[in-house]
Order: sequence, then C-alpha cells, then structure tokens
Amino acid sequence: MGRFWLGATGVFMAGLLFTGAVDNEFYFFSGYVILQGLIMATAWNILGGFTGYVNFGSAGFFAVGAYISVALHQALALPLPFLILASGMVCGLMGLATGYLTLRLKGIYFAISTLAMAIVLETVITNWEYVGGASGAYILTPKDSLFFASYVELLFMVMLIIAIAAVAFARYLSTSRTGKGLTAIRDDELAAECMGVPTLRLKLVSATAMGVFMGMAGAPFPFFITFVDPLSAFSLFIAVNAIAMPLIGGTKVWYGPVIGALILGLTQEITTVTISSELNLLIVGVVLIGFITLAPGGIVGLVQDFSRKRLRSKAAPSAGGDR
Amino acid sequence: MFSGELFFNAIVSGLLIGGFYAAVALGLSITFGCLEIVNIAHPTFVIFGSYVTYILNVNFGLDPILAGLVFVPAFFVLGMFLYRFYYASFERAGQESLNGLAFFFGLMFTVEVLLILVYGVDYRLVSAPYIGQTWHLGYIDFPLRQTVPFVVGTAMTIGVYLFLSKTFLGRAIKAVSQDRLALQLMGADPIRVKQYAMGIAIATAAVAGSLLIILGPVEPSQGRLYIGRVFAMVVLGGMGSVSGTLIAALLIGVIESFVATFYGPSWAPAVSFGLLFITLALRPQGMFGRA
Amino acid sequence: MSAPLLDVRNITKSFGGFVALNDVSIHLAPGERLGLIGPNGSGKTTMINCVSGALFNDGGAIVFEGRDITKLPAYRRARLGIARSFQIPKPFRSMTVIENLLVPLEFAAWTRIDHGRINEEAFDILERIGLADLAHKNCGDLTQIDMRKLELARALAARPNLLISDEAMAGLSSEEVDEVLEILFTLNEGGVAVIMIEHIMRAVMRYSERIVVLDAGRKIAEGPPDDIVHNPDVERAYLGE
Repeated sequence: MGRFWLGATGVFMAGLLFTGAVDNEFYFFSGYVILQGLIMATAWNILGGFTGYVNFGSAGFFAVGAYISVALHQALALPLPFLILASGMVCGLMGLATGYLTLRLKGIYFAISTLAMAIVLETVITNWEYVGGASGAYILTPKDSLFFASYVELLFMVMLIIAIAAVAFARYLSTSRTGKGLTAIRDDELAAECMGVPTLRLKLVSATAMGVFMGMAGAPFPFFITFVDPLSAFSLFIAVNAIAMPLIGGTKVWYGPVIGALILGLTQEITTVTISSELNLLIVGVVLIGFITLAPGGIVGLVQDFSRKRLRSKAAPSAGGDR
Repeated sequence: MFSGELFFNAIVSGLLIGGFYAAVALGLSITFGCLEIVNIAHPTFVIFGSYVTYILNVNFGLDPILAGLVFVPAFFVLGMFLYRFYYASFERAGQESLNGLAFFFGLMFTVEVLLILVYGVDYRLVSAPYIGQTWHLGYIDFPLRQTVPFVVGTAMTIGVYLFLSKTFLGRAIKAVSQDRLALQLMGADPIRVKQYAMGIAIATAAVAGSLLIILGPVEPSQGRLYIGRVFAMVVLGGMGSVSGTLIAALLIGVIESFVATFYGPSWAPAVSFGLLFITLALRPQGMFGRA
Repeated sequence: MSAPLLDVRNITKSFGGFVALNDVSIHLAPGERLGLIGPNGSGKTTMINCVSGALFNDGGAIVFEGRDITKLPAYRRARLGIARSFQIPKPFRSMTVIENLLVPLEFAAWTRIDHGRINEEAFDILERIGLADLAHKNCGDLTQIDMRKLELARALAARPNLLISDEAMAGLSSEEVDEVLEILFTLNEGGVAVIMIEHIMRAVMRYSERIVVLDAGRKIAEGPPDDIVHNPDVERAYLGE
C-alpha cells in the first residue's frame, strides 16, 4: 500500500474519530460544505485543469445530480448510496454526451457553450414539476443515521468517502499514461494528436469523469439542505467555488484543487461566521482575480517557482551561467 | 388555438425586445468579434450601467437615457483601462484564452457581489413619463417602456455600424485581429486601436444599462441571464458583424417572445442558449457568418 | 518499381472558395528522400496536413503501406508510422525535454516498443539528436536550434516509417542548417523515408533524391534535383514572368 492510500486511510479514520468525539453539529455542516467544494473542485479540474478546457457549466451537473436524487428518492425511496451511484451514472452519461457535442470546439467556444448548457439545464429543471419545479421540493431527513449521532454526521462521512474516491481517481488519472496524454492536449492539442494521442477520446474520458463526480457531489445535497429549489442547486456561489478552488490551488496537478478547496473552504467558513456571507463572496472574487492575474499557476505554481529559484540561486555561483 | 392578435403582438413585442438586445450584444460584438477578447463580464457592465442610471434618476430626477449618456465617457475610459490591464496581464504573455476567460469570470462575479453588498438583492427601478404608457395601432400594442429601448438600441447599433464601416478608426478596429497587414498599411498601432475599441464597447454598456432599467426593474444577478443571449447573438450574427448581430438580436427577440406567448415564459431563457448550443455544435462560424 | 510506402492519389482540398490543392498526386518509396518545394501559398503545408491527418482532403485518396488511410484521424496515422515536425515548433511546454519524447513513445509507438525500456529509448534518441545534456531542461528555456532539434527528436520518438519535416531549418544559421541536415541523413540511413519541405534551396537540393514542385495548388514539376533546377516552369513559378 502506497503512501497515498496510507494517507487516505488516515484521513478516513480521522473523520470517523471526529464524528465520535465532537457533538457540535456546526462543524459537520462546515465540513460538509468544504468537502462538497473539494469534490467539485477535483471534478472540475479533471477536465478544466488537466486538458485546459474551461468549463463554466460543470456546476449544472451538480444540480442535476441533486435532482436525480430527489426524483429517485420520491419515486422509489432508494437508499442514499444508490442515489449517489445513480446520479453519478446519469451525470457521467450527460458529461459524455455534451462532451461529444462540444469538445470538438476550440477552447473559447467550448467555454461559452458550457455556460449555455448550464442555463438550459436550469430551465429544464425549473419546468420539471415532478421535482417541485420553480417552487422547489422538501426532503424529509431519514430517521436512521446508522451508528452516527445525527444524520449530518452520516452525510459528512459520505462526502468524505466520495472526496477520497474523487481525489484518488484524479491522482490515478494524472499519473497514468492517459494523464500524460491529457497534459499533451493542454499544452498543444494538434501536436498531441500528431504524436498518436487520441485527443477526442481522452477528452471524453475527462468529461465523463467530471460528470460522474459532479453528480455524486450533488446527490446528497437535497438531504443536506432538506429543501432544494433551482435557485439553491444552481447557485452561482457553488459554481464559482468549483472553478475558483482549482485556480487558486493550482490546476496542473491533482493536489492543486485539494489545497485550493481546503484553504478557500476554511476561509469561507470562518468569514461567514465572523463577518458576513456577502463579504465572503467578495473575498472569493478578489482572491480569484488576484491569482489569475498574478499567479496563474496557483499556490502549487508559486511554491514550485520559489523552490526553483532557490535551486537556481544555489547553483548559479558554481555554474557561472551555463548558457 | 391560434389568434391573430396574440400572434402579431408576439412578433411586435419580440422585435421591440430584439432592438434592445442588440444594444446589449453590440459591445460584445466588438470585443469578442473584432478583438477576440472573450468578455463574459459584458452583461455585468450593462447591469452596472443600470445602477448608475438608477442613481442619477432617483437622486436628480434625470431622464434614464440622458443618465446613461452622461456616463458614456466614464465607461469609455473604464473600457480603455480594462483593455490595458487585460493586455498587460494576459494578452502580452499569450495567456489570453484560458486565463483571460477565468479573469472575466472572476470580474463578473466580483462586480455582481459588490452591487449586492451596496444595493442588496432588491429590484431597483427608474421613473420617466413614458414608462407605463402604451400606444396602440389597431389591436397591436406598443408599450413605450419597450419601444423607447428599441428605438435607442437600434439607433445606437446603426450608429456604431456606420462608425465601424465609415471612419478610419472604425476600419482599423475591424481589421485589428483579422488582417494584420491591412492594419500595418494603415499605420495604426494595434494596442491603441484595441484600447479604443474596448472603450467604445464598454461605453455602449452604459446606454444599454439605462435601456435595461427602463424595460423593467433590475437586480444584480440579472446579468447572467444575458451571457448566453449575447453570445448567441454575436456568434449567430457571424463574429464581429454588427449588422449580423442586429439581425440575430431581432430574431432571438421574436423567437423568445413566441416561446413565452405560446409555451410559457419559464421556457424563454432556454431559447437563445439552446440556439447557441446548437449553433456551436453544428456550425461554429455562425449562421450568417463567413463560410 | 517496388510497392510505394506512401501513395497520394489525386487529392483536392479547398477552404471556402480557395482551392489549396488541386488534383495532386505524390508517391514515395520506402526509405526515399523526397523534397517538396514551391512558393508561399502553393499548398505544401496543406499537403502535409492532409497526409498527417491534421486536415481531411475533400477528394482523392491517401494510401500508406498499402492501406487506405484517407478517413483515419491523425492519431491513428501516427500509430501507423507517419510522424511530422511543425514549421513553428509546438513543444509540450509544461514538460521537460525528455518528457516531450515520452508522449509519442507512449502513444504513437506504444504497440511497437518494449514498455520497460521507454526511458532508455527516449534518452537514446536525445543522444542521437544531440540533446542529451538538456534532457531535464524545461522546454520553455530552449534556444531556437534546440527547439528545432526537439521537434525532430519528438517526431522520431513516434518510431516513424515516414517523417515529414516541415521547414525544420527556417531561421537557422548556415552551420546549424548543416547540423540538422546531418541528423536527417542519419535518420534516413536507418530506413526512415523523409519528405522535406524547405525554402532553403541549398539544403533541399543536397538532401533530396527526388523533388516535387507545387504551385498554386498544382504539381508543376517532378524529378531529380538537377532537372528541377533547370526546369523553365519552376523558374517561372518562383520568379514570375
């Protein structure tokens, strides 16, 4: 078992311990929100970061995931794990289908068409009366929360498992041969294709994986907020976080979104409590713009630049400028 | 069930809204179409225009359109600064596509949040003698709150069209990313040309904003609904063609109006987005654009 | 004549109303060195874009090693053994020099190489091209000539039977041109057929066994370098009347 899996197991155990030791539900609400951001950031980055196709509509998949969950809960009263899997599958297929339609476009047009897609999804959901339409739907929190003290603790652990799965997949993808192909696509798509990289197929793999994890992130959402309407599911704030977290953390490596999600998520939870939630949004916007303009490589990029400079300044006196 | 009255009113109302849509899309037609700058924050500048109009109207009783015009120079300068910043941060380094896009996304979000912080999420509206009046021609209604934006929007679009095709600067703007050689022969500095172009583009947002708030009450997040709409118009109109954008705007106005009349208003937002989606998937160069 | 490696049969390609290639045929024997020349805008780049699969031709057929590849996407052609370099180098900028070579090794050549030896393989190629010292440099820091060499090294890592070199020497000094020519000669001795597109006449005349001249989308001449130099049609195409 590698270091990564040891770490993942450690995180999981720590989560369990946390649910056992802490009673204050507030921490689990906060933890849930941060983990939701982490899953979405990781999902977004699988397409947006690894291949360079900026996707503004991916949070739409999150909302669809939430609504699939509502619909199946109402129709068949399926247990949560099935809802998560079903949402993952449906959104994965949607990622594949929309990817097939749009991923042949150049990056800019792709980004715009994803904006369009999110609005179309929102319109469809708003008109879907079975799940409440524009007025929304109430979800009764299930009584049974296994051996956890409350249902939100259960949800927190569910999100932790999905988060570990998402990060593990992103890591696997980026270190695999496929990941090398994705990086080649981001750097230069035509050159990649001419070097034997099946660009469309790899982009579709990315888009599908993005959809799967976005959907999974959305599936427990109705149970978390207990009332879901198009406004809350398609909230701009959720969408912005999914993009801001990877960009702030660093889009080129699998752990960039994780770092971004933890830092931004924690900051948000703290400012929401201590100051106000609107100011909190403003901070996200300003920090996002700051990073995009001044440090496009995100935090990971900053650290890499810094260590490279230190290496260079150490090497410089002896090498005397090798070029 | 078909009624001629409903049918013709839907057409007229669609055309009136379409003329206003053209005013919103006009700026993007320049930035995206001519400069290849993907300013997804453009509708947010329009909302910003609505709010400055609102301030002048409520505090000084200034006519909304006049208020929009008063801010044209300020928006022009704002646009020039924005281009300078964009150039220095992204375009010079060749980083524009991915990071530039994310930048405008961040800008859109930040301006929206700022407006919420200052004015809250309540709807704001302006007052003018013509808002609320309606002219009638037979059984067709011409509500002035739609007719005035139509007239001003169309006039502005035609004005910019003439400016782009008749003046030196206008032609330089049209050539700036399409035809480097022509630009060189004209002896124009591309950075300056783009700077003025962006200034003009943002300046149109001031007027479009005043039209938006005449049309109906405005709240900060409304801009997002217009992103897909304006991109649909610019892409359908054939990238950088002002006349194409105007036709596309009228067309989308009419289609939306039909959908709203015969299927219900909640489906209307999907029209332009769906249209854009299909256009991009099937024919990225636009319906009326160059082959 | 032995079976051709590449057989381009009467291909046509137009962009909107502009006809870039008009009924052009080219063939190439295994291991042959072919020069493709012509004035700017004559269709050379369109031709190799069609052969490599970056563009699809409108009419005609392209046959490689006896197999019709007209409809195959570029990556499939790369896997069959067609590699190209780009006129304006297109390195994978976020990768080091050696990582750039791993992409074609792990994709284009994947089914034809020993997976355990990929790194050695990449290093061998860098050694042959003279980039071994720079293997772990970021490719953003390379000089012009090293960038050109990387282009060739990467194409080579695709393990091609046919290498298309698109103006690999543009903007290089005279000594550097000789250096690149040397590399291309060594490659050819290893059995790789080469199509060279070049504006530097000295280089293309010295390198090619046979030359094809394009002008305004048509093939106007074909033959050994000596004949081409004295061909009146070619002179007219280059100098005008």
